[in-house]
Amino acid sequence: MITLQNIQKVFNKGEVNEVCALNDVSLTIQRGEYLVLVGSNGSGKTTLLNVISGAENVTSGKVLFENNDVTKLPEYKRSQWIARVFQNPLSGTAPDLSILDNFRLAALRTESKKPVIGVKAAFKKLVQDRISTLGMGLENKVEQAMGTLSGGQRQALTLLMSVMDHTDILLLDEPTAALDPRSAKIILETADALIKQYKLTAVLITHNLRDAHQYGSRIIQMAEGKVLKDMDAPAKNELQLQDMFAWFS
Amino acid sequence: MLGLCLSAMALGIFITMKIFSIPDITTDGSYTLGAVLTAVLLTAHWPAWAIIPVVMLAGAFAGSLTGLIHTKLKIDALLSGILVMTGLYSINLTILGRSNVPLLNVQTIFSYLRPFVNDIYNEALTGLIFIAVLSGILGYLLKTDFGIAMRAVGNSASMTRALGVNNDIMKITGLAMANALTALSGYLVAQYQNFTDINMGISIVITGLGSVLIGDAIIKWWRIRSIVMQLLVVLVGSIVFQLVLAFTLSVGIDPNLLKLVTSVMVLLIVSIPRLRAIKA
Repeated sequence: MITLQNIQKVFNKGEVNEVCALNDVSLTIQRGEYLVLVGSNGSGKTTLLNVISGAENVTSGKVLFENNDVTKLPEYKRSQWIARVFQNPLSGTAPDLSILDNFRLAALRTESKKPVIGVKAAFKKLVQDRISTLGMGLENKVEQAMGTLSGGQRQALTLLMSVMDHTDILLLDEPTAALDPRSAKIILETADALIKQYKLTAVLITHNLRDAHQYGSRIIQMAEGKVLKDMDAPAKNELQLQDMFAWFS
Repeated sequence: MLGLCLSAMALGIFITMKIFSIPDITTDGSYTLGAVLTAVLLTAHWPAWAIIPVVMLAGAFAGSLTGLIHTKLKIDALLSGILVMTGLYSINLTILGRSNVPLLNVQTIFSYLRPFVNDIYNEALTGLIFIAVLSGILGYLLKTDFGIAMRAVGNSASMTRALGVNNDIMKITGLAMANALTALSGYLVAQYQNFTDINMGISIVITGLGSVLIGDAIIKWWRIRSIVMQLLVVLVGSIVFQLVLAFTLSVGIDPNLLKLVTSVMVLLIVSIPRLRAIKA
């Protein structure tokens, strides 16, 4: 599904503060794989995710989706395959717009936004049905502004928004970093369910090793812009939590 | 009445505030551009209605220029506006040929519809029709999928990018729309006051901003969610703003101080909520 070929990403090239965020990374993520990325701060996890989403251009190397070269495609064009949940709950939603309008935009991720009224009764019903699956009681507040909700609620809705339109890839950049443990649990369980239900290819970045241990079908540890450890599903199943803690000591 | 003529611009500024969260300074230039084209074409005996598309296209062009400078050259939105506005001053002066053109003995847009004996009502009627049509179209547009995307761009740029919106194109389109509306305001005002002056646009953006801020205060106060209602409130804001100005003049303040009064008023509107917050 996703192929990265010899990705090199250098920030501030040629200056004193030159940083090599990704150093010759090659990686293939199979369709339906749920990859968990761990690594210390500055190890290149987020840059890797941004290279996949198109938020960052590569210095050299190639990005392929199903053998299509997308290296040169800007972020908003890659969105036809990719849905994202950001670390900051504010980044994935528009606070002044109603929940309904936010969902409408998400439902048009792969389409052009035409000057026709799309928020109709049928659409509202669909959104309410989807939101009710969260069990947060938000289905009766769809006309409310997104900004009036808590971070956890917004993050949960962002997740639902990501499957409002067809998607192949789901990128989760520390989606629970700003949340309390209970909200975090709801988010990751919902994500897990959606990934299975829609057979998504997913990448999750997390600093929580318990979550990294519990979720996903493959785990990669990054360090200094390189892939340090790469374990597929059988190896990951064998993996003990205390072994993972040892990776970081 | 002047409030009615200026409310088209207020709608324009409302759009740019939504998209950029900062006022678009191009306004000063495109407002005069609208008035200048109106003066030149009316004097050349163009029918008033035929000038509308010309004026709006010119305004849209000025707006897209600001948009292009801002998005493609990555220049600050405020500076992009100032650059285009400054350039427009010379262009306006060239088109107009001199600094002031009176529009007497010409058929203006206000000469068509006159069911009332008193001309003030006739002018108000024409103004109202204009504003009704404009806010109708704009209200519809902002409710569409396209409009939702446009409103989201200023609200959460990272979200719209991730949802397949080309933010650059959106900003350019929004600025074009806003400045087309502003130019239309210039068109209306020139015919309402029967002259075009090269300096009529100076700091007009503050007037528009004042209207939008009054509107915004009411929107926050009453928690108005519907975008159509928000547009109407901005229109009310525009009229209230002119009324307050008229009132300050009528109590005997020197007209030379008008700009100072305008600026102090906008400052007051902006600062009242903050001062209250400090107290609380």
